[in-house]
Amino acid sequence: MLTKRGYGLSRRDFIRLAGGTVAALGLSGTLTPKLARAIEKAAAGRPKVVWLHFASDTGCTESFIKSDHPSAGELVLDILSVDYHESIMAAAGKQADEVLAKAVAGKDYICVVEGGIPTVPGHGMIGGREMLAIAKEVCGNAKAVVAIGSCAVDGGVPAAKPNPSRILGVGEALGMKVVNLPCCPVNPEWLIGTVVYVLTMGKLPELDKKGRPLMFYGRKIHDNCPRRTHFDGGRFVEQFGSKEEAQGYCLYKMGCKGPEAWSECPKTRWNSKESWCIEIGSPCLGCSENRWTDNFAPFYGKLANVSLPFGDVTADKIGVGIAIATGAAIVGHAVVKASRGKSADDSKK
Amino acid sequence: MAKRVVIDPIPRIEGHLRIEVEVENGKVKDAWSSGTLFRGFEIILQGRDPRDAWFITQRICGVCPVSHGHTSTMGLEDAFKVTPPDNARIIRNLIEGAQFVHSHILWFYHLNALDYVDVVSALQAKPKEKSLQEVQARVKKFVESGQLGPFANGYWGHPGYKLPPDLNLLAVAHYLEALEMQKEASAVVAQLGGKMPMHMSTPPGGTTFVPTVEVMDNVIWRLKRLQQWVDTVFLPDVLAIAPYYIQYAGIGKGVGNYLSWGVFDDPSFDPKKRLLPRGAIFDGKLAVSDVDGKMVTEYVDHSWFTAECGNKMPMEGRTEPKFTKMGDTKYTWLKAPRIKDHPMEVGALSRVLVAYVSGNAKVKSMVDGTLAALGQAGHPEVLLSVLGRIAARALETKLVIDGMLDWTGELLANLKAGKTQTYALNDVPEKGQGIGLWEAPRGALAHYNVIEGKKLKNYQCVVPTTWNASPRDHKGVRGPIEEALVGTPVADPDKPLEVLRVVHSFDPCIACAVHIIHPVTNEVKAFRVV
Repeated sequence: MLTKRGYGLSRRDFIRLAGGTVAALGLSGTLTPKLARAIEKAAAGRPKVVWLHFASDTGCTESFIKSDHPSAGELVLDILSVDYHESIMAAAGKQADEVLAKAVAGKDYICVVEGGIPTVPGHGMIGGREMLAIAKEVCGNAKAVVAIGSCAVDGGVPAAKPNPSRILGVGEALGMKVVNLPCCPVNPEWLIGTVVYVLTMGKLPELDKKGRPLMFYGRKIHDNCPRRTHFDGGRFVEQFGSKEEAQGYCLYKMGCKGPEAWSECPKTRWNSKESWCIEIGSPCLGCSENRWTDNFAPFYGKLANVSLPFGDVTADKIGVGIAIATGAAIVGHAVVKASRGKSADDSKK
Repeated sequence: MAKRVVIDPIPRIEGHLRIEVEVENGKVKDAWSSGTLFRGFEIILQGRDPRDAWFITQRICGVCPVSHGHTSTMGLEDAFKVTPPDNARIIRNLIEGAQFVHSHILWFYHLNALDYVDVVSALQAKPKEKSLQEVQARVKKFVESGQLGPFANGYWGHPGYKLPPDLNLLAVAHYLEALEMQKEASAVVAQLGGKMPMHMSTPPGGTTFVPTVEVMDNVIWRLKRLQQWVDTVFLPDVLAIAPYYIQYAGIGKGVGNYLSWGVFDDPSFDPKKRLLPRGAIFDGKLAVSDVDGKMVTEYVDHSWFTAECGNKMPMEGRTEPKFTKMGDTKYTWLKAPRIKDHPMEVGALSRVLVAYVSGNAKVKSMVDGTLAALGQAGHPEVLLSVLGRIAARALETKLVIDGMLDWTGELLANLKAGKTQTYALNDVPEKGQGIGLWEAPRGALAHYNVIEGKKLKNYQCVVPTTWNASPRDHKGVRGPIEEALVGTPVADPDKPLEVLRVVHSFDPCIACAVHIIHPVTNEVKAFRVV
């Protein structure tokens, strides 16, 4: 039953692997040979990664080990050298401290940070040291710092009001430029895509004002949502588990934050592209946005600043929407674009 | 002469755990377990819309978010006075089951196995099978690269590693396969819940997911693949490795009290009829007592909270921190939960024991069969050990995966009979309170909510690792992990492999356990680990 995938990487395997990565990045296939060369070069001396855990729930590690392009096994054994990672490493206690000290001394690693940084003394300690002190040392010596998941970006859920441990995102806590990959958890393909981009291109991908790679956070969920035509057509789910849900109508009235959330969720999807939040009838929580736990609560409440194409159409009036949907679908995008709320545009600035 | 050994960080768990042991004459004489990271979920939940709680509490733990989500939802349904439809029960069971299978595979192969499997020794194996030769070549290339990555500085070569090279190699091969299998189980959660971790489909009242035959076909196919792998790889691995470590059937017993709130509902929603039923066992006796959420009391005599927080049932729970310093008196942010002043072990072993003693025929046959295979027929007491915890998780994985295939049959039968309802309308009451009692893979999980003015007035969680990694209580009685460590032989205090084995056997999850914190904190400046 042993899967053959990735056992003993040959040049052919690299190119296949690189092809998968390119697909995940949504980049052109012409990059494939270059990417393959970069990874082959890397395989001679695998790029080092130090992965820190702070105020997190390990959800981003859980997400990471479900990656597909390439798989976690390939990444850990064949591509990267994950020198420090508390959730998977063999070393404990003082042996773990030694590993970290050695890695930091080398200054030749990418630092991945999972979790926010408690700034109240004593609220986050590892091996007797403050998490903030560890972050300063390890991030300060890294070639690049990638903050994964909402917690590392801006503190996430545990930094929601009243933020009892005064948890900050990595960039803010350290006052340094980092790549931010928000969402709760991070989508593993965006993390790997970012790391592979850095290795391949030798520089950071293009970022928005919030430090998010545009290739993964450049478009609104709403703009790529498979339910979008139902929004434009005025067809909405107004009760979970209803026949409208079975027909895949728009979830805006159930609290969907897609119109104000910037991410590639509809395209990348989750768990080997199997599904995503909206596909199973849940409104988007907007977890790619800063302070989403406060700004988008209550989660089942409607966004205030989104205008509907036909006004606030209720379920019994959906027929009206359907009757004029054909024409409306064409003008719908223009209407919605014109009537987008201010806050939605603000998030892009 | 006694020697104090501190292990911090403890790797291959969720969260930040510090273990301190006193070793004398080659054995652990005393032990202290501390959580060292604090977040603030209960405080954050105050004043919020109760329907948001199931999303927020999933973020207590990214390893078992499903269980927090379901426990929260069930507690809210208790307060809202709504019963979910039968299809929702089945879909929740399937999502929960997929998380259990994922979690146990991940724990056995990726969190626990490196305490028993010497990766470096696998290079000396002489495999005949081509696939194993390929794995060996891959490991060889990896080791020769000089970059050992996450395997650097392990206790390799420690005399405590007992497996022959061929078995080490097989285990390494299965370590890699298991990465694919946990992903397969997670994909089942994604099919029914959108994504894993943090599924999205089970609010109070039922599910947002409307089942289709197409999705169920996808789920069944994955479950059959998982079932075959559990039958042909996971269970045989446990039985192959166990004889080399049979001394661990006599190590790490713990407190001898076992609690299960029960998990996986049947149509009656009776917790005693769950696939793994509710009940408690006291003093290692083979008898099951009834338990409910109001029997829980939390103590803080050895935790950094004010005395007023002690001796409270969680519904009236208070969390007022009062940090002093790291010492033998106060040494952790975990409270000490007790039932009738008993510390309780929770987890797969507790669930399997409660089911076994309750007379569950399938569990009895699986447990007795395993004991016989290990040459321990008629001695269920050997399960009260490190090895028993490992065996219980493997057996439970089998039980759950088989149950999941049964539930897919139930769901399809419902759909065929025209029973398609997945959601029951509900509303937040002006005032109310509820308790959700369920199980995470790591053990008994309880969420308590109090609603006033349609908002959460209080919300408290008593989670698996708060039970297992509990400090001493008001009577000075140790928590389960601390008690299990006492008496453990330690060959080399500089490489306390045996301590890791005992701690890992509980599958600790500290983010889960230390979810309580308070904003007052100037005092914590004095906090230093000794």
